[in-house]
Amino acid sequence: MWPPPAPPSQIASPRVTPALSVAALHKRYGRTTALHGVDLDVEPGELVGLLGPNGAGKSTLVKIACGLVRPSGGQAQVCGAPAGSREARRALGYLAELFRFPGWARAEEVLALHQRLAGSDGGAVERTELLDLVDLLDARGRRVEAMSKGMQQRLGIAQALVGGPRLLLLDEPTSALDPVGRRMVRELLERLRERGVAVLLNSHLLSEVELVCDRVAILAGGRVVAAGRPSELVHAGGVEVETAGGVRRFAQATREQVPQLVAELVGAGEQIYGVRVLTSSLEEAYLDAVGGRQEGAA
Amino acid sequence: MSGAVVVAGYALRESVRRRVFVVVLLLTLAFLGLFAFATAKVFEHTDEFTVGRNIGSLDAIGLVASTMLGLGMFAILFLATVLAVFLTLGAVRGDAERGLLQPLVVRPLGRTSLLLGRFAAAASVCAVYVAFVYGATTLIVHQASGRWPDTVLGPGLALIGGSAVIVALALLGSVFLSATANGIVTFMLFGAGLVAGLMQSIADGIGSHSLGQIAHTIAIALPFEALYQAGLHALTANQTGFTGALIQLGPFGSSHAGGIGLDLWALAYVALALAIAAWGFARRDL
Repeated sequence: MWPPPAPPSQIASPRVTPALSVAALHKRYGRTTALHGVDLDVEPGELVGLLGPNGAGKSTLVKIACGLVRPSGGQAQVCGAPAGSREARRALGYLAELFRFPGWARAEEVLALHQRLAGSDGGAVERTELLDLVDLLDARGRRVEAMSKGMQQRLGIAQALVGGPRLLLLDEPTSALDPVGRRMVRELLERLRERGVAVLLNSHLLSEVELVCDRVAILAGGRVVAAGRPSELVHAGGVEVETAGGVRRFAQATREQVPQLVAELVGAGEQIYGVRVLTSSLEEAYLDAVGGRQEGAA
Repeated sequence: MSGAVVVAGYALRESVRRRVFVVVLLLTLAFLGLFAFATAKVFEHTDEFTVGRNIGSLDAIGLVASTMLGLGMFAILFLATVLAVFLTLGAVRGDAERGLLQPLVVRPLGRTSLLLGRFAAAASVCAVYVAFVYGATTLIVHQASGRWPDTVLGPGLALIGGSAVIVALALLGSVFLSATANGIVTFMLFGAGLVAGLMQSIADGIGSHSLGQIAHTIAIALPFEALYQAGLHALTANQTGFTGALIQLGPFGSSHAGGIGLDLWALAYVALALAIAAWGFARRDL
């Protein structure tokens, strides 16, 4: 069903066509500018998190990538094909933030329909595998209208995986899921990465993004205001030392300076009971990057 | 094109599995029951209409049978309009607002294929429905009067064509209007066609050429009405004299001969409506 795992050299090679390549992308809705020249690449097998406040342009970017929205300027390509073209749509799977399946349809019928539309010849084997993957095998004959929101969300994820897409665009995929469901999605994303599937994950859940994403792009006001690996975005927050006189904090100290710091304190007659290197969280990095922007500011 | 076939199959399943279809079926059965009852009662009293009156060459049974079939056709076009509107009123904008459309549109089928699939499904459901109800009303009238329409197939085909025009208009509206607004506009267009038919009857009755021209122009602009008038005409194509004149002034709109020109115009009209819908859909951000 899915493509075989890509060799590591292929994943890392800069010559491989990006699964998603966005350059100088602009989008205006009337007088409102949603995207101001966004640049972003997602390589095969890479899991990129898209963060930003409401109205930052995240969903617009994802919708342009899957051809639902036409860009006002710039370029977007999916696996080398212009976004929105038949070739581009053949290469991607998409889960919208707000989606519904017809209430009268059964889970397996939904997947069968998408198999036909995607030109997948996976048949019943693929449907069974996908339903098993999202833990809906027992509900394969259940109507959508009889499913909980979380079950529908999982069915949506299975639908996005029909046909073995090379790029997966997920817009808030865990918004309706409980902690067990979220963990299942995280594990699924990791499996997809191993198989060379590129994922663009649009989510408000910073902890989730931090856990699974290789890179993060933070959008605010239609611009990428920060991008990089989560470890690059977080920064040093100093060192805490527990002494007989209490916890002392050295805000400018780094991990490399800890031995010297401890030596100086011991030399000064302090008794050391513990040392902790502090780093900022992705949440703090995110808040720094968006600078307290108002929701919906463009 | 295969994408359109897949969408048509999906839309057909949706048509027959939505609860609204059951409601339409129940209403239709209720209509047919009442129609059968009314037809039987009317023909019980047809003799009272003719006995003792000097009505010359009037074919009373033919007049009553034609009038009842005209009533049936009027009701069928109305019910087919209701069905067409319910099947298509939210096909694009309504489904997009509910989040039903996006998972389909990102698949590698063209938006035009999606529209054509929806049209094919809705037009097919309406065609089968119209054929069934028209056949049933014709049989009911035949059972009560012993008469068949002068042309059996023509009126049914005209109604099927009319319902296809309404489906195309409702689908076009669904691209630009919300589901509620589209439903209102489509029923207003149906009403405008109905008024044109009544205007034509009045024009024929008082001999007003200009009023007749206005009514004819509206009927051509809304070809489901022109097809309906052609269907009414085909019911009684061979009726002449006083009976024919009375039928011309029938209560369910004027009847006018159609022809190949009207058929071609209706086809072009549907194609144009679908082309504009495809153009608008291709430019719509979802």
